[in-house]
Amino acid sequence: MGTIFHLDIVSAEESIYSGPAEFIVAPAVMGEVGIYPQHTPMLTRIKSGVVRVKAPLQDDEEIYVSGGMLEVQPDVVTILADTAVRGQDLDEAKALEAKRKAEEIMKNKTSEIEYARAQAELIEATAQLAAIRKLRKRRH
Amino acid sequence: MASSREIRNKIKSIKNTQKITRAMEMVAASKMRKAQDRMKKARPYGEKIRNVAAHMSKASVEYRHPFLIDRNSVKRVGIIVVTSDKGLCGGLNTNVLRRALNEIRVWGAEGEQIEVCCIGNKGLGFMSRLGVQVISQVTGLGDAPNMEKLIGAVKVVLDAYTDDHFDRVYIFYNRFVNTMKQIPVMEQLLPLTDEHMGDDNNEAKSARAPWDYIYEPEAKPVIDDIMIRYIEALVYQAVAENMASEQSARMVAMKAASDNAGNLIDELTLIYNKSRQAAITKELSEIVGGAAAV
Repeated sequence: MGTIFHLDIVSAEESIYSGPAEFIVAPAVMGEVGIYPQHTPMLTRIKSGVVRVKAPLQDDEEIYVSGGMLEVQPDVVTILADTAVRGQDLDEAKALEAKRKAEEIMKNKTSEIEYARAQAELIEATAQLAAIRKLRKRRH
Repeated sequence: MASSREIRNKIKSIKNTQKITRAMEMVAASKMRKAQDRMKKARPYGEKIRNVAAHMSKASVEYRHPFLIDRNSVKRVGIIVVTSDKGLCGGLNTNVLRRALNEIRVWGAEGEQIEVCCIGNKGLGFMSRLGVQVISQVTGLGDAPNMEKLIGAVKVVLDAYTDDHFDRVYIFYNRFVNTMKQIPVMEQLLPLTDEHMGDDNNEAKSARAPWDYIYEPEAKPVIDDIMIRYIEALVYQAVAENMASEQSARMVAMKAASDNAGNLIDELTLIYNKSRQAAITKELSEIVGGAAAV
């Protein structure tokens, strides 16, 4: 019977905490949960809030997470923290935005190409102007 | 032979170009280190979530997530193409787009419809020129892959899969092997394959009695969340790898450009000196000839 378990707090962008812990408190969606070693396997969502970690021979450490998932096994606890603020509506809005942008581009396909052509012509024209200016300067 | 003035101007302009390519090479080198760091930092999350997903898929739950179920008939394929936003990175984007194009041709020949989600400017331009239906896109990611920006575009694809609009989803990106080598790869994202669901420490676990998690509040939403995050993590990892590939490809390309510029300068300098000497010799012989005539 161990008195400690291994705790990992990871997000997609980095590993936030990795080490032994005696006890943690995490803000699960159903209410705060405290976890000691040899906890029954559990999987739940967590809200944004503070995870309190008691590491052996150390003071409590508080780590902020903006939501994510909590996985509990008897000797290993993993918190998969979100890096982005999540929510059904928020995700939906982002999806719509990504879709809209794509549709816009499909619609403006011809104008996009014309725009590129116009830009190329503009660059050429400015280059010509610059050349002319240089020639004039030399003459004077 | 070109006049010495012309050659001198040419040398000057090449030197300027060389300065630019050398600066870009150094910028890419420092960015590459950071991009590689980011790629490595993203790994633990991917591994952890994979273990959870793998265990969940094997545990006896009455609910089986649609991402895990293989579909027999494939009518429509969704692909995610990861490219860079900027050019000047050698054949990086061309390689991955060529790979995608080959597959699109094969699928097209089999009568499957293709829709694409573009991450990065270069792929978007290519796909819209090609006339493939683009369903979602993200551009302007900057130097760091950003989960926040990816969520929307990936969700469009996942929703399309859940609604039976797609029967398969693939992702194309450049896998980072080392600084000199990046390979364009295609991976199947959905339905999740054994390769993605394989458990690393399978033996150790199966020795114990099979167990399942307690799901709070319920199994379905929790499993849905895990699966969506898993796919997002896979896409994120692909983007991170592609970014590291982009920077190292750019560094190599710019180094080659600087070297080529150096060679060109050497050659031109030789020609310039020769023409200068020829001019001096000519002048001297004219003076000598003139003196002799007098």
